[in-house]
Amino acid sequence: MKHLLSAADLTKDQAIQILDTAKELAAATEQGVGKLPPLRGRTVVNLFFEDSTRTRMSFEAAAKRLSADVINFSAKGSSVSKGESLKDTALTLEAMGADAVVIRHNSSGAPHRLANAGWISGGVVNAGDGTHEHPTQALLDAYTMRQHLAGGEGDLKDLNVTIVGDVLHSRVARSNVLLLNTLGAKVRLVAPPTLLPYGVESWGCDVSYDLDDSLEGADAIMMLRVQRERMNAAYFPTAHEYSSRYGLNLSRMNRLAEHAIVMHPGPMNRGMEISADVADSKRSVIVEQVANGVSVRMAVLYLLLGGTESI
Amino acid sequence: MTHDFERSIDGRVVLDSSDISRALTRLAHEIVERTHGAQNLTIMGIPTRGAALAQRIAAKIAEIQGSPVAIGALDVTMYRDDLRMRPARALQPTKIPSEGIEGRLVILVDDVLFSGRTIRAALDALSEHGRPEAVQLAVLVDRGHRELPIRADYVGKNLPTSQQEVIQVKLVEYDGSDEVTIERAK
Repeated sequence: MKHLLSAADLTKDQAIQILDTAKELAAATEQGVGKLPPLRGRTVVNLFFEDSTRTRMSFEAAAKRLSADVINFSAKGSSVSKGESLKDTALTLEAMGADAVVIRHNSSGAPHRLANAGWISGGVVNAGDGTHEHPTQALLDAYTMRQHLAGGEGDLKDLNVTIVGDVLHSRVARSNVLLLNTLGAKVRLVAPPTLLPYGVESWGCDVSYDLDDSLEGADAIMMLRVQRERMNAAYFPTAHEYSSRYGLNLSRMNRLAEHAIVMHPGPMNRGMEISADVADSKRSVIVEQVANGVSVRMAVLYLLLGGTESI
Repeated sequence: MTHDFERSIDGRVVLDSSDISRALTRLAHEIVERTHGAQNLTIMGIPTRGAALAQRIAAKIAEIQGSPVAIGALDVTMYRDDLRMRPARALQPTKIPSEGIEGRLVILVDDVLFSGRTIRAALDALSEHGRPEAVQLAVLVDRGHRELPIRADYVGKNLPTSQQEVIQVKLVEYDGSDEVTIERAK
């Protein structure tokens, strides 16, 4: 594998290899090794056409901890705002000798285009494209679940994962369903009918419109952000109604199993899809997800760039 | 040291299970003798087989001395100088004992000493975790052909080989039996 474009590209063995590698890298960080040498002399470009703080910072931290050189590019204040095309931007990166390009783009499929158009020779990592996919988020979520619920090794066989909220616009949900299926978990999507994508019945997971019905039996519950910037149609009557029917509050959280964890990919709308007391509760692993994100992205970069060719 | 040796049934056995056991017992005694009672000692095995050998040597030293020995594992994969010559390799666990390695006498343990490159990588990896008082090297087999100025302090068996020959170390922990074989590369 040269690129990481979709969670669907990963076989079970590859996914587990990434999680295992992330575990060793996290252990190195815990033991106080701040910098590891394997990507010395390699250049990683963070190509961000869309706003992002945690993903960009996470990739930057990951690349730097592996001793890669990092070039950050954000569309704002760049030649893109002067009308440069993706192709010309890519050719510029190629001329600068990028060994890997981490791309976040508001158009679904942009990473695929970048990887397959022959513009660049380096690897491409999808850091979120439109409403399509966000594979490294799915990997860090799987890593977090594995640490808490599966003894930190192997796959996620028979874990019950409930994903709640705006599935329609969520690249996180899509990548998670694909990866969790690969790893053997059972996924249930919960959303109002208007926020479920067309064809969701073919995703190979349960679908429900009722959150209260989906709490018991969940080992992990993942709340998706209500993406206000994409809400240009009336998907639900009011924010208050959404929150009361699909928000995770304390009384709903208390109905979860003792061991169940609460996840959120961030950034959160406190009071909307998740209440503040739930977000700050002991069951919430949201901050841990961010830390795990760095380890998982280190693993992906190491496996893509660490050898002659990749996994 | 990592070996991608092809499995072969016609390899000549140079050390059998009791030979290996005796060699490790002797290594343990030598370590105790030369470190004046194994004080301040930390044994660090290089995965995979070096880590298993480190466990065995530490157990033998503990038996001789009547007190436990600090033991850990040190993965050197990311410090190798041939990282770019092969596909990215899986990482192995690194375990630093709770007392750390700062100021300790660290004994690195590996199965086969060959070019010396693994040990060079290990020295780099080790320095990330602290500054030991001294570092020594124990190996089960020294097969020669060094490419770097590195030597072992404790050797289970010196085995003169040609570059074309392949040494395979099998250990119960991974392979179901204890045995060192030598064979001509195909």
